[in-house]
Amino acid sequence: MAKKKKKREVDDRFKKFGTVSFTSISKVNDFISHLEQGKVMGTKCKKCGTVHFPPVADCAECLSSDIEWFEVTGTGKLVSFSKLTYAPVGFEEDLPYSIALLDYGDHKVFGRIAKDIPDDELAIGMPMKTEAITLPNGQLSYAFTRA
Amino acid sequence: MGKVGIIGVGQSAFVRGYPGSIRELAYEGFKGAMEDAKISNKDIDASIICSAPEYDKQRSPAGVIAEYLGLTPQPTFYLESLCSSSSMGVRTAYSLVKSGLHDVVCVLGFQKMSEITSAESQERMGRGADIQWESPFGTMMPAYYAMYARAHMEEYGTTEEDLALIRIKAATYGQMNEKAVYRKPVTMEQIFDPERPPVATPLKVFDCCANADGSSCIIVANEEKANALCDKPVWILGLGAASDTVNTAGRDLFTGLSVAIEAGKQAYEMAGVRPEDIDVAEVHDCFTIAEMMAYENLGFAEPGEGKELIKAKETYKEGKTPVNVDGGLLSKGHPIGATGGSQIRTIVLQLRDEAGPMQVKDPEIGLVHNIGGVGLYGNVTILGRS
Ligand SMILES: [Zn+2]
Repeated sequence: MAKKKKKREVDDRFKKFGTVSFTSISKVNDFISHLEQGKVMGTKCKKCGTVHFPPVADCAECLSSDIEWFEVTGTGKLVSFSKLTYAPVGFEEDLPYSIALLDYGDHKVFGRIAKDIPDDELAIGMPMKTEAITLPNGQLSYAFTRA
Repeated sequence: MGKVGIIGVGQSAFVRGYPGSIRELAYEGFKGAMEDAKISNKDIDASIICSAPEYDKQRSPAGVIAEYLGLTPQPTFYLESLCSSSSMGVRTAYSLVKSGLHDVVCVLGFQKMSEITSAESQERMGRGADIQWESPFGTMMPAYYAMYARAHMEEYGTTEEDLALIRIKAATYGQMNEKAVYRKPVTMEQIFDPERPPVATPLKVFDCCANADGSSCIIVANEEKANALCDKPVWILGLGAASDTVNTAGRDLFTGLSVAIEAGKQAYEMAGVRPEDIDVAEVHDCFTIAEMMAYENLGFAEPGEGKELIKAKETYKEGKTPVNVDGGLLSKGHPIGATGGSQIRTIVLQLRDEAGPMQVKDPEIGLVHNIGGVGLYGNVTILGRS
């Protein structure tokens, strides 16, 4: 029997991010493994200390690619939000949903507000948490929840 | 080295579903500019073709358009910065002319948004943001501007009614503009019709501009050529341009666009003028909140005071600083790559006293504010009669 040609291993973990992912290969694919373990993580440059969320593989400030991960913990302040009643292709089932931004001081996190929080509970400036979640279609993401 | 002027302007009507190909659409704006400048394609030394590539099926559209317009063998190239592509084109043309490399440069902006099906367009909309980190959440352009609207309302007490006043103004002038796609009046009742759900809270259907097909063309020339070829050249006095992060997480300001503040500052400084010197302006009102923020970012009003400007009708034709008295993007429609050129055309016509029913009284200095993406790219261009 002829030996099957061994396929090159492709690390395409990033395709698991969000309702629809448009990226599969990234040097920060570990972000997905951290999400799987229930952690939302950003990066910090070991050389100059610059903090990044979303995470980056490289630091353009000091040209170092020596980065470490940090967990997004505690609460951030709600900067703003908007509820969508129309969605791009692939997101129709999720409607309606609200996108939002949280400010953690040295970094900000963009994402969605957890479905179970009613609109009238939301106010700019309120503290919220960022939590890793698994979506109904099995994809991984994170959502903003009550502090 | 002398001044740089605009010697010809043209635009197609902005329409839904243009019945022709992209080269034919480009021809319409080009023909207008050629007739306006009273020159021929032989007088043009280079062309810059501007559009947003996600709507084009033709790879590298500059080639086929330059061919159709008879602009070969002169150099031609493609330029994009989303919705501000053709303002960036004029900025680039300025530098080509100012450097002495070329005498006369044609900036042709176009977009045939109906080139792709609405399903394809829906799919592309999902990729309009940072595709790695934001698009997986199901983001759309209106929702980002809606976040700015909500932040502005929270910080300054701006209301949905204040934003509606901007739409009503746009419709007032859109009715007078034969090139506009939306030529009907709009009432408060229509805007707040409970049968129409918000697109992205707090923005409603009438807070958003419409897609359209269209083209625009601006002919830029050096001082010598401008004076030789043109009776009433309009001069480029100031240029400003800036960029911001795509990802909203990288931004600090949500009650205004930092690119507009920065580009405005640069353009005012280069022109040696102040906001109160601007006699007529075109601002990028892809959404009503965008015009409100533009008032404040360009210094027509203090931060948070934009609502007082529109309430007092100071941005109407008879007001202190007339803004978008051609109907703006809200009424004209927004064919991405053509928009900046259309805005510049409006200001050139105003400064030549040729704006017909939309004419402001004796303007000397005009300003164009053109934004790409959600405050991703910003261009401010200041034009003058002398
Ligand atoms: Zn670093």
